[in-house]
Formats: sequence, structure tokens, C-alpha cells
Amino acid sequence: MTSATAVQAKPRKRFKITKRVFAYLYVLFMVLFVVLPLVMILVNAFLDDGGNLTVENFKTFFTEESSLIILGNSLFVGVVTTAICLLIGYPVAYKLSRMSSGKILVLFFILPMGINFLIRTLATKAIFIAMDVTLGMGTVLFGMVYNYLPFMILPLHTSLSSIDKSYIEAAQDLGADRSTVFLKTVLPLSVGGIMSGITMVFIPTISTFAISQLLSNGKIFLFGDSIQTKFDQGLYGVGSIMSLVMLAFVLISNFLMNRIGKNNNVGVGRSLW
Amino acid sequence: MADNIIELRNLTKTYGGKDAVKNASLNIRRGEFVTLLGPSGCGKTTTLRMIAGFEMPTSGRIIFDGKDITDTPPHLRKVNTVFQRYALFPHLNVFNNIAFGLKLKTIPNGTKVNRKGETVQLYRKYTKAEIKEKVDRVLKMVDLEDYGYRGVSSLSGGQQQRVAIARALVNEPEVLLLDEPLGALDLKMRKDMQLELMNMHRELGITFVYVTHDQEEALTMSDKIVVMRDGVIQQIADPEKIYDEPANAFVADFIGESTILSGVMLEDYKVEFADAVFECVDKGFKKNEPIDVIIRPEDLEILPAGDKKAILTARVISSVFKGDHYQITLIANENEFIAHDTVTCEKGTNVGLYISPSNLHIMHKARIINEIDTEIAGENQVWICGAKFDCVTDLEAGTPVRVQVDFDDVIITDDEEDGTIGATVVSSIYKGSYYQCIVRTDDYYDFFVDTDDDWLKGDRVGINIAPEKILIERREVSEVPADETPAVVDETVTEEEKSAADGADFPAAETAETSAEIPAETEGKGSSEEV
Repeated sequence: MTSATAVQAKPRKRFKITKRVFAYLYVLFMVLFVVLPLVMILVNAFLDDGGNLTVENFKTFFTEESSLIILGNSLFVGVVTTAICLLIGYPVAYKLSRMSSGKILVLFFILPMGINFLIRTLATKAIFIAMDVTLGMGTVLFGMVYNYLPFMILPLHTSLSSIDKSYIEAAQDLGADRSTVFLKTVLPLSVGGIMSGITMVFIPTISTFAISQLLSNGKIFLFGDSIQTKFDQGLYGVGSIMSLVMLAFVLISNFLMNRIGKNNNVGVGRSLW
Repeated sequence: MADNIIELRNLTKTYGGKDAVKNASLNIRRGEFVTLLGPSGCGKTTTLRMIAGFEMPTSGRIIFDGKDITDTPPHLRKVNTVFQRYALFPHLNVFNNIAFGLKLKTIPNGTKVNRKGETVQLYRKYTKAEIKEKVDRVLKMVDLEDYGYRGVSSLSGGQQQRVAIARALVNEPEVLLLDEPLGALDLKMRKDMQLELMNMHRELGITFVYVTHDQEEALTMSDKIVVMRDGVIQQIADPEKIYDEPANAFVADFIGESTILSGVMLEDYKVEFADAVFECVDKGFKKNEPIDVIIRPEDLEILPAGDKKAILTARVISSVFKGDHYQITLIANENEFIAHDTVTCEKGTNVGLYISPSNLHIMHKARIINEIDTEIAGENQVWICGAKFDCVTDLEAGTPVRVQVDFDDVIITDDEEDGTIGATVVSSIYKGSYYQCIVRTDDYYDFFVDTDDDWLKGDRVGINIAPEKILIERREVSEVPADETPAVVDETVTEEEKSAADGADFPAAETAETSAEIPAETEGKGSSEEV
């Protein structure tokens, strides 16, 4: 008996393909393309051209006025883009969630995401030039909103359409007119969606490159563009520092959004995260 | 006129061409506990939602306290609803859920004379202290004093239920609407809540309109029960009357267990069924009119075989212990009876059956033959519900005719494809020796069918009729409505129209009846509980 089970046990151990095995490939991918680059950036940040340990790169970045202006610019564009996206996206998502055909109509808002953003941005630029619009901050913001609006509408729509209709009826029943129903039930119940929307727009906008460069004819330089040029110029150290700063911003904003979302949202009005 | 707080007048609600509620008229008196009872999909919730204002009636009026509120939006109606799944706001705690309505309310706050010299009514909001006091009071009423600052998702089903009731009651509505409020609770909790709701109703003195599919719940709690089926009100009466004198076979079948048999009214006070003649207390039927007889299981007296009093001799088929009684199934002259008795009967023995005249409830049959107004489709063919049926006739195509088919000549096929037309089984009621089914065709004609098999409600079936069983009679052409081809007269609809036409006083008459009976009954309830 015992020997028989032992014989059986051996090959089973060898051929064990569990669900875990399928994750190995992904772990390998993550290590190669996420962890390793991060480590490289971290190491690069503390190396000078000659490969010696230094903190000179930090000094260069934080004392250089131009790079701080670029950082400010990026944050400004990020905040304004997010605000505009929310202002446009919320009414649209609300309207769509009330419509029976909303699910299909949402597709129309998502569809442009299927086309590469560079192509769309170049096309937008061509249109602006054809219309004789001066390229500048306005056009950059337009391009940003145009690119990131779907990222705002999608989580908002998911969250708004998952609000049970009976909450709205209950509010009406308790004496709330239409605007009160919205302010006291729909809005608080969609906080989760608002937070995911903001995260999904704000974080990519502060790190975008190309859009700003193309739509301002290179006049407006954002953080993403700046990192790109730094690496192009072979300034790996400063480039790495800037990448770390960016990463810090992403993590901080992500953390904040999660905090606000959790406090206001008691497991309803599902968010996308 | 009685003191009606709510009057529904010929209320109809149509969803996508289908009537969810058909021509419902109902008066609800101030302070009454009214239950809308019926199987799922009978239109009871739709009716409630129309009273609350969440649904607009397709036609008909809703009168609240003498004022027409049909077009009033829900937030301006003086009713509050307890929702089926409570609908407590998940982003607010218990206290704020309950205070939701109070925070929005404005109350009169003296008057002021403005510059033009007119007196203006001033309004103000409740103060924080007032809100707190009111919320604390209802929380105490529902036994949740210490739960004010808990999140609603941390509460059990029963507690959420109480919060939902408190949230509605705190606004001091004149009418409380309850949409199957106990449906999600377990049996024990449900029984407790039933008693609590009844106590609240008595203490607050406000009107309750309660929706349920649970007949026991309805019988226990209500002053008045409204039985609905397929959007049509079947009967409005107090619980005793609903149970003892159901208006038709559907009500009898839905409310409690009963044996329903087909019989013939021989003359006044004499009825024949199961091949025996019984004395009864009913009169005013036509001579030899086919009727339905309803016998409640507790009214069937089982006597020793050969007892002189016995009218029928029956054989015991089974006897099942049910806790406080035995359920005994008997067969007499090929008709099945169900009896409840405190002593068991041995299976296979013969016993005598007796039913006292006052315990026999006799009802008109809803229909004695399937009748359709239509026209001839071609040679030996007739239109029935949009399909050509073979028949035996020498009339020409296009001749308007009235078609009659006996209940047992309609053949139901298991497979919809095998029938000439398809239909859905609407109901199936056992009548002692056969089942009487109602099958609804796709153009809403209800066929009554007598079959040996029990057909599952909601199933799709096919309908066939043997050509020689279709009785055809020429009909006056003027009766044909122009827009209907082929013309089909839905008998259920005509019946309702009839009852609406000749019975504008029908609900009123019923309420008059209940009004006479209810005070005595509620008093009785009160005193029995004091003991």
C-alpha cells in the first residue's frame, strides 16, 4: 500500500501543472519590463557620466528653473484637462446611463481610442492649421481633453449605470425634487466613478509627451517631453531623476484618489479599480 | 360617501401593448389596512407604484383625499413607500437615512405681512434638534435606538427592514405603501414583523397599503384584501369573506387549500356534484346552471362508513400528518376531495362524507363555452386567433361567424409546433377529476380547456381542435370592429367591461359591506390580543 502510493506520488509531483504555473510568464515579464527598468532608473539617478556615485543629478534638476517650470506646466495642464474632462464627461455619462441605448452609444465615445493617439493628434494639428488657429496652450488643452475624455466617461458611465433605480425612487418618495435627488443620491453614489475617472485622466496627462509638442509646434514643453529629450541628449542621470519625480506624483495622486474614493463610497456605485 | 383617502378610478397601465393593470377601481378608506394580493406579475406592485407616483397610469385617475393626484410627481405626494429591497442609501448611516426626508421638508412658520399688505405664509426647515428628536423617536419605535450611527450595510435584513419602515414613518405620511416588505426575511422574522406592523398600524392610525403574494400574510394582517390576477381585480373584501366566499375559482384556488368541483345547480338550495345532490344555502341561479363548488378542507366532515348523515361514500387515498392536523385525500365517485381532520383515516378504507349546507360555496362559472367572433377563412376553414382551423361548414369565405368550442374539445399539445396555434398556460386548477386550464393565445384570447393532465403555468403549448368540434353560427356583421382582422372578442375583456359598466357601484358595494364588518372585526382582534 505505502509503496504504491509513493510510486504514484512521484510522477504527480513532476507533472504538476497548477494555475500558478501560468502566472510565471507574467511574473517574468513584470520583472524584465517593470522592475528591472525601475532599478535601472534608480541606479542611473545616482551615477554621473563617468559611472561614479553622485547626487549631482538631483542638484541639477531641483536648481534648474526651466525644469521646474516644465513640472509646473505639466501639473497645470493635468489639472485643467482633468477638470474639463469631468465637466464634459459627467453630464454625458449621466445622460447615457439614463438611456436604454446608452450602452451602445458609449461605444461611440470609446471608439476613437482604437486609433493611435499620434495619428489622431497629427490629424487634429492638420485641422487646426487648416483653420488658421494659432497653436499654443489652447490647442494643447484641446488635444489633451480630446484624447482623455473617453477615460473619464467610461468609469463614470459604469458607476452611474450601476446605481440602483430604487435609490432615486426612494429619494423622490421622501420628498426630493429632481435637483435634490441628483445632489443627495446620484452624486454621492457616483463618487467612486468620479475618482477613477480623475485618476485615469490626471495620471496619464501629467506624463504625456508628443501631444503638447505637436499641438504647440514645440512651444509648450511638458514633463513627458522633457524626459524624452533628456534621454535623447544622453543625460541619463537627470532623465532618471525626472522619471522618479513623475513616479512619485503618480503614486501620490493614486493614493489620494483611493483614499477619497474609499471614504465616500460604501461598496456601491462600483468604480473601475 | 365613505371617508376615502385614496380612490383609484378605472386605472389602466399598459407596457408595450400589454396591460399590466386593467381598469382597476378601488376605494381605500382612511386608516384602513388594505392588501393587494396576487401571484407575481398580477399588477399589484404596478398599482402600488402608480399610487406612489413612480408610474404614470395609461388611463384612469388617482384621487387622494378628494384631490386628483394622477399627474402629481412623487415628491409632492403625501405617501411614503417601504421598498421591496429597502433601498436604504448606502452612502448614509442609519440616522441620516431616516433624516433624509425631514431635512427636505418645510413646515409653516407663522405669517408675515409684506409691503403690499398681503399676508404671506412663512416656511422654515426643521432644526437639527427637531430632526434628532423625531429620528430618535422612530428609532425607538422600531427598536433600533443604538443603531443611529451604524452604516446601513452592517445591518441584518430584519434591521434594514426596520430602518426602511422608520425612514418612511418619520415623515408622518397619511398613507404608508409597503411593497412586499417582508419578502426577504426568514419565516420567524416575518411572523414577528407581521405582528409589529399590525401594532404600528393600530397605534399610528394611518392608512397602510400592503402588497404581497403571501395569502396567509394577507389574511392575517388586512382589513381589506384586493385579489388581483393578470392586472384585473378579482375580488375586494375582508379576509373572512375572501376565504369563505371567494368570488371565483381563481380566488378560491389562490387563497388557501380547497376542493373545486364542477356541478349543476338543480334548483334553489339544491346543487348536484360528484354524482350526488347536496343541500346548500345559495339561490338565484338559473335552473340547471353549471356552477363551480368550493369546499374548504376543514369543512369536509368524515363520518364512519354507513353513517346515515353521510351524503357521499369515499375511499381514503392517503393521510398525511401535518403537525396540527391530518391531510386526508379521498375519492368519491371519481372526484378527489381534500379534507383536514384531527384524527387519521386508514388508507383504503371507505368513509362517509358530509358537508353542511352553509359550508358549500357556489360560484357562477366564469365561462361555460369558448366563444370567438370571427369569420370564415375559406372552404371548410375558419379563422381562430390568426390561424386557419379546419371545420365543417358550407358558409363562404369572409362570412362573419361565432365559433364555439367546448372546454374538453380543445386539445393541448406538449410541443408548440404540433398545435395549429401556440399559446401559454395561464392557470391550471384541479377540479376533482380533471384540470381546468386557461391557455392564452398570442393575440390574448383565453381558451378554457378541460384536460386530464396538469399543465405547468407559463409553459408554451400548442392548441388543436377537431374540425367537427368547432360549432359555427352565422353572426350579424355590424358587430365586427373595423380595425380587427380577424376579429376576436376577448371574453375576459368583455366581462371586465361589463363589470365596469354595470358595476360602477361594484367596488362601492363591496366597501359598504366591509365597512359594516370591519369595526366589529378590529375590535375583536384588539380584545383577543389584550387577553
